[in-house]
Amino acid sequence: MEKEYICIACPIGCHLKLHVGADKSLEVSGNKCKRGEVYAITEFSEPTRVVTATCRLGLENLERLPVKTTKPILKDHINPLLKEIYSLKLEAPIRRGQTIIKNFMNTGVDVVATRSAG
Amino acid sequence: MKEYIFDCVVIGGGAAGMAAALEVEKSGFDTAIVEREEHLGGILLQCIHNGFGLHEFKEELTGPEYAERFAERVQASSVKVFLESTVMELSESGEAAGMHELHCYSSVYGVFLLKARSVILSMGCRERNRGNIGIPGSRPSGIMTAGLAQRLVNIDGYIPGEQIVIIGSGDIGLIMARRMTWAGCKVHAVIEIQPYPSGITRNIVQCLEDFDIPLYLSHVVSEIRGKDRIESIRVTPLKNGIQDEENSFEIKCDTLLLSVGLVPENELSRKAGIELSPQINGPLVDSFLMTNKKGIFACGNVLHVHDLVDYVSRESRSAGSNVVKYLNSTLTGVQNKVKAGANVRYVVPQKFNFQGDNQFYMRSMIVKNGAKVEVRAGNIIIKTVNHNHVQPSEMISISIKKEELEKISGIPDQQLEISII
Amino acid sequence: MKYDIAIIGAGVSGASIARKLSQYNLKTILIEKEADVSFGTSKANSGIVHAGFHTSWKYLKSRLEIQGNLMFDGLQRELGFPFRRCGIIVAAFSEEELKHVQELYRQGVENGVIGIEICSRERILDIEPKLNPDVIGGLHAPNGGIIEPYRFVFSLVESALKNGVELFLNFKVEKAVRSRGTWMISSDDGQIVEADYVINAAGLYADSISAIFNAELFKIIPRKGEEYLLDRMSPAYPNKVIFPVPSGKSKGTLIIPTVEGTMMVGPTAEEVEDKEDTSTSTEQLNRIFDFSRRIIPSISERDIITSFAGLRPALESGDFYIDVSQKAENFIQVAGIQSPGLTAAPAIGDYVKDLLKKLDCSLIEKKNWDPFIDKVPRMRNLSHYESEKIVKENPQYGNIICRCEKVSEAEIVEAVKRGHSTLDGVKFFTRTGMGRCQGGFCTYKTIKIIMRETGLSYNQVTKRGRNSKVLMRKLGGDS
Repeated sequence: MEKEYICIACPIGCHLKLHVGADKSLEVSGNKCKRGEVYAITEFSEPTRVVTATCRLGLENLERLPVKTTKPILKDHINPLLKEIYSLKLEAPIRRGQTIIKNFMNTGVDVVATRSAG
Repeated sequence: MKEYIFDCVVIGGGAAGMAAALEVEKSGFDTAIVEREEHLGGILLQCIHNGFGLHEFKEELTGPEYAERFAERVQASSVKVFLESTVMELSESGEAAGMHELHCYSSVYGVFLLKARSVILSMGCRERNRGNIGIPGSRPSGIMTAGLAQRLVNIDGYIPGEQIVIIGSGDIGLIMARRMTWAGCKVHAVIEIQPYPSGITRNIVQCLEDFDIPLYLSHVVSEIRGKDRIESIRVTPLKNGIQDEENSFEIKCDTLLLSVGLVPENELSRKAGIELSPQINGPLVDSFLMTNKKGIFACGNVLHVHDLVDYVSRESRSAGSNVVKYLNSTLTGVQNKVKAGANVRYVVPQKFNFQGDNQFYMRSMIVKNGAKVEVRAGNIIIKTVNHNHVQPSEMISISIKKEELEKISGIPDQQLEISII
Repeated sequence: MKYDIAIIGAGVSGASIARKLSQYNLKTILIEKEADVSFGTSKANSGIVHAGFHTSWKYLKSRLEIQGNLMFDGLQRELGFPFRRCGIIVAAFSEEELKHVQELYRQGVENGVIGIEICSRERILDIEPKLNPDVIGGLHAPNGGIIEPYRFVFSLVESALKNGVELFLNFKVEKAVRSRGTWMISSDDGQIVEADYVINAAGLYADSISAIFNAELFKIIPRKGEEYLLDRMSPAYPNKVIFPVPSGKSKGTLIIPTVEGTMMVGPTAEEVEDKEDTSTSTEQLNRIFDFSRRIIPSISERDIITSFAGLRPALESGDFYIDVSQKAENFIQVAGIQSPGLTAAPAIGDYVKDLLKKLDCSLIEKKNWDPFIDKVPRMRNLSHYESEKIVKENPQYGNIICRCEKVSEAEIVEAVKRGHSTLDGVKFFTRTGMGRCQGGFCTYKTIKIIMRETGLSYNQVTKRGRNSKVLMRKLGGDS
């Protein structure tokens, strides 16, 4: 099996090819540096993203409070996480960095406020 | 009318204004920021995604975090902040030479007058809109700039529509493609007139490819349809720069977001008689980031549109430290011209000096791997820097040390030319 | 509700008639199918008060144009809309065009146009230095002027309402029955208005309205005009309205300094089928700019803020059709009001009043008729000291919402209070969102003010009524 990626480790954006062998061995080509290889393998085996979103706060001039995950989370976890974030209603005051969701789905990832309010 | 006197007044409390004001205040000068909105931070507050601060803080922050870190420093300083106040007019004082006057309107402070020995312009930029790019068709609702949509979604929590098409693959457009998808909307396409994306690769991958959103390069929106609310758009490919109508197609949508570039916001500057660059619409500045009006400096997106806020902060600190020298009457030096050479769209500042180090920012007109940025004075090569990759959407910065200019310092009227080869 | 008079259509004609009739002891209703007045043809008008030399006095439209032109100074004193007699020129670039200019001059003199003159090259360049120096001469009519068309309509309606006229918005006439000496007029959503006399000022839809009332059959042919609005910083901003030497049906593509400091080029003239086709096209854009650059070379596409198109409600005859219907009882036709309709409008009001008299409508003047309306302070027109005073009285004047056009929160609140509760309505009343950023910064603030002042929910705020919603949903649900 072959998969294609565009490397985002630097602005060059190498077009990477990842070959998955019958023995599940992974081989990367098209990369100009080592970072490309790491990138393709991670994107294939456990792609993760930092998620940023907003929770309801309901202040007159700040209806939504921005939040983020403390670490990248698996792409598969993004939708359930967003659902939970959108369902929350926070109360001011809130300090930047304050934990909003602790250890989401036992991933070790927290969601924290990225802005102070009230 | 209430009057206040400051050594320096900074117009705009976004990333640029805060960094510049802090720099001036640090040297003990009375400094003020005038900000229209209720909070310091500017547009960063609606940029809730991450990717800010890698240079400035050595960690990846979201826009609000970056803004708040600076805002806390401002609050801890002696900088006087006038929130919810708009500078309506910037003019030279009729009474004292070298003094500037700023008439400000506010629902909190009323109408008041600031007098200042120096002024820093840091009003940021605005988005280009439908009129600027002349999209034909009807004029229904559901068409707005990506930045306005970003504000509505991220701060006010309003979703402008469900079926989205985005024009322009600049970073705001890409970021909004992901944001709208994460908000439960369907993003049908991103349409880009250029043959290459305008945004950075990371955003192409993480904001489009992650969600299988098609990016149409070398395509234009040739018609908008819909009476009350937008119903569809016509998309036409470009073939050798000409619309290939035979291969045009329709996309149904209820919302069209425009991410078609930013323009420095300079009405105030122009009215104050500040000379602007016709190329970038920002003020023409010398190597100290001072405009043609003595004591008025400019930094951040009002000067030229940056792609990294970290560069804005750096440039603004440099403007601030020049203001300090100006206020101490130690800002001297002959200003010589800097020109944009081959493949360079513009260079800021447009002047350099021999008295210290010079920092230049520029944009490439080409996409190239293995490029060189070359600084020449006539036939003399001052400096060459290798770049793995250049493209129009990524700003390039280059600094030239005082010593590097020594070889041409004797020659009068020497000009620098910066090229990408 | 029972009224003496129902006026169908709140464009510039209907509004002028309504205001005129508000002087008399009549119960008058003004009916408009759109969400706000002037939202049809009037809002896309070029905003020119014509001088009266373009057509012969033998046409009704020309006679009303000349008469209407003279009424604007008085109206402005009473109503305070933006209007300036900047003068009109016709620029000639060839001997042949110059001959045509002489004919226009003779026609103007015959029509009684005050101050009209023929200009040498030197004189016309002196009057209008922005002109292409290739100009060889032209015509100057100092009595021509510029106006904000929607503000004109808004103020006429406001004055009419102040004097007892009533206004129904979103009322689309679908049926009319004459019974027991009155008209029963029903809307598409089941509302009913009863009136003795009906005035058909329905613009593009005057033909359908006439048919609904079983009156004369005629056809309104929409003629589209595309216009481009340029930034107030444009170096091309002229002193005068500039006409080319006319050819064919239209007066040609004009260069217009707007009274609020921006400038416009256009309109084009293109017959279309669809009465709602207000789209713009690249071909016309290129045509307009190629054409106008020959007149003023510094005109540039770079300065475009926005474009729009309007539809002129033309009749085949080319003239206005203002008369008592021969077929429908107590029914007055005000149709085919294309250019110079805006200029003629005040005179149309008088003319229709005389037609009502002919129909034995009792016209008794009100003793307490008040011609004046309260003027709204505009921050962009005030000195800093005037501003200081007004902000002290009402701090909302200090909150500048629209940075491009310098519009304060108080002005937007005032617009909403006066019944303009759509984004376009607020825009036309205050200019918020009309500048170079086209609402990029102020739209969300304006929406919030509209919601606060009207109690509308976010999904009820529209651009211009009906389904032109701006916000669809709240993130995370409405709860």
